Amino acid sequence: MSTPDVDVVVVGAGPAGSCAAIVAARAGLSVVLLERGPFPGSKNMYGGVVYPRILDQLIPNWWEEAPIQRWVTRRSTMLLTETQALTVDFRSEAWGQPPYNGATAFRPDWDHWLASHAEAAGAQVLTDTTVVGLLRDSSGAVTGVRTDRPDGDLTARVVIACDGVNSFLAKEAGLYTHTDAKHFTLGVKETLSLPKEVIDERFAVRERDGVDIEIIGGTGKVNGGGFLYTGLDTLAVGVVLKLPKLAAQQQRPEQLIAGLKQHPAIAPLVQGAELKEYSAHLIPEAGVAMMPKMTMPGMLVAGDAAALCLAAGIWLEGVNFAMASGMYAAEAAVEAVGKGDMSAAGLAGYQRRLEGTFVLKDHRKLRRAPELVLSDRVQHLYPPMVANVVERMFHVDNPNPKPGLRRILDQERRKAGVKRRDLLRDGWTGFRSFG
Amino acid sequence: MNEPTISFQERMETAEFRVHHQAHIVVDGKVCADCSTRECVIACPANLFVPTSDGGIVFNYEQCFECGTCYIVCNREGAISWHYPEGGHGVVFRRT
Repeated sequence: MSTPDVDVVVVGAGPAGSCAAIVAARAGLSVVLLERGPFPGSKNMYGGVVYPRILDQLIPNWWEEAPIQRWVTRRSTMLLTETQALTVDFRSEAWGQPPYNGATAFRPDWDHWLASHAEAAGAQVLTDTTVVGLLRDSSGAVTGVRTDRPDGDLTARVVIACDGVNSFLAKEAGLYTHTDAKHFTLGVKETLSLPKEVIDERFAVRERDGVDIEIIGGTGKVNGGGFLYTGLDTLAVGVVLKLPKLAAQQQRPEQLIAGLKQHPAIAPLVQGAELKEYSAHLIPEAGVAMMPKMTMPGMLVAGDAAALCLAAGIWLEGVNFAMASGMYAAEAAVEAVGKGDMSAAGLAGYQRRLEGTFVLKDHRKLRRAPELVLSDRVQHLYPPMVANVVERMFHVDNPNPKPGLRRILDQERRKAGVKRRDLLRDGWTGFRSFG
Repeated sequence: MNEPTISFQERMETAEFRVHHQAHIVVDGKVCADCSTRECVIACPANLFVPTSDGGIVFNYEQCFECGTCYIVCNREGAISWHYPEGGHGVVFRRT
């Protein structure tokens, strides 16, 4: 067998790919990081919040240089009906100081920054290059990739596929058994311009402090969720929509964003803000239920390509799972190259690391959460039920005396058409997931 | 207190597309002709699937976000053949 062109080819310069390239290059391996866009991050979009603590060791004091918009010091979870809003709002000064918690950031900025670290570590970053397929030997082991450049075959000891939610590489290798529309949500977003002072005032924050609002019940008949995040002088407002429901309900994505923006609880926050950019991306929503095999001879799969995106209602995380899985994939690749064993056994350090850390621990613990959060009851029956209970609790209906909470609960449950048995079952599922 | 409404075309003009002369997605109108559900028409965030009066579908690839929604919601084998655009082409989201 001829000597491969490089030790490691990483496909996709998103957060998974760049972290993989950083780790592999720093370990002394020769690394090529391929990106199909004109610059890293140019194809990438998300809601808007990143949780970067996984970078503590990779890029010490990352917060001094990371291109963030605002530090999230206020987190709100909002339950909407057409005319009501129930918000749980939390703020912490600690989240506005190192080492911080969440931050709003634009992916073209964030991914570009991470890729610059990969380059600094010695990886060769090759943009404008689309990978069109895998190279494999007679045993089926991956030996490299085919790109759309002239003479574009690139051989490697290990390929790390970080090629995103559509991962044609993982599919080509047969690591996904099937693609099911119900495992995906479509995220659509409007980035809106608004002066910083106006944002500070409307959202009651100062300096670089920012707000993360997660919304349930704001997407009409389509199961999904909404979000509103503050950038420095921008707002990100959007919806996440369950694909089969979106198609069935005959409501277009941009109409659903418009509906959310017109809600009485949201409209005053976005009023007067001008559309700066409209964007869309798929989200691998179903967690464990859709995950592919992530290891095969000569190849590892990380980030969205491996469905490592946590969509669990109150927790919406993806970039941190991507960065971590990319790092762990590269650590395993370094071990394999060191041993000269690129078989599945030689690369087994990847799965071991995923299992031993938050990457798969969080996913396994929350494996029932995505389905519960997007279920018809949680989406369409519980929000009005809960909002009505709260409205009646705080509605002073003199000369009538205050009704007891238990009676309100029972009446509203029946009015919403919720069976006690289903409520208990969902409560138990929620408790087991989130508790 | 209504926001000024913008047309869909104006909405799409906020995003940058470096269009390649070759389409990266090809839709086989023959397969679509007898499809009554037309999931792609509703779900495509860029509204690239346009029904025609004779019951067909016209597809434009130029302003595609490359999200993958269309081929995932499509129920018809062979209706949509989907690839990423040539390197350096297609949608380019903004840096600040």
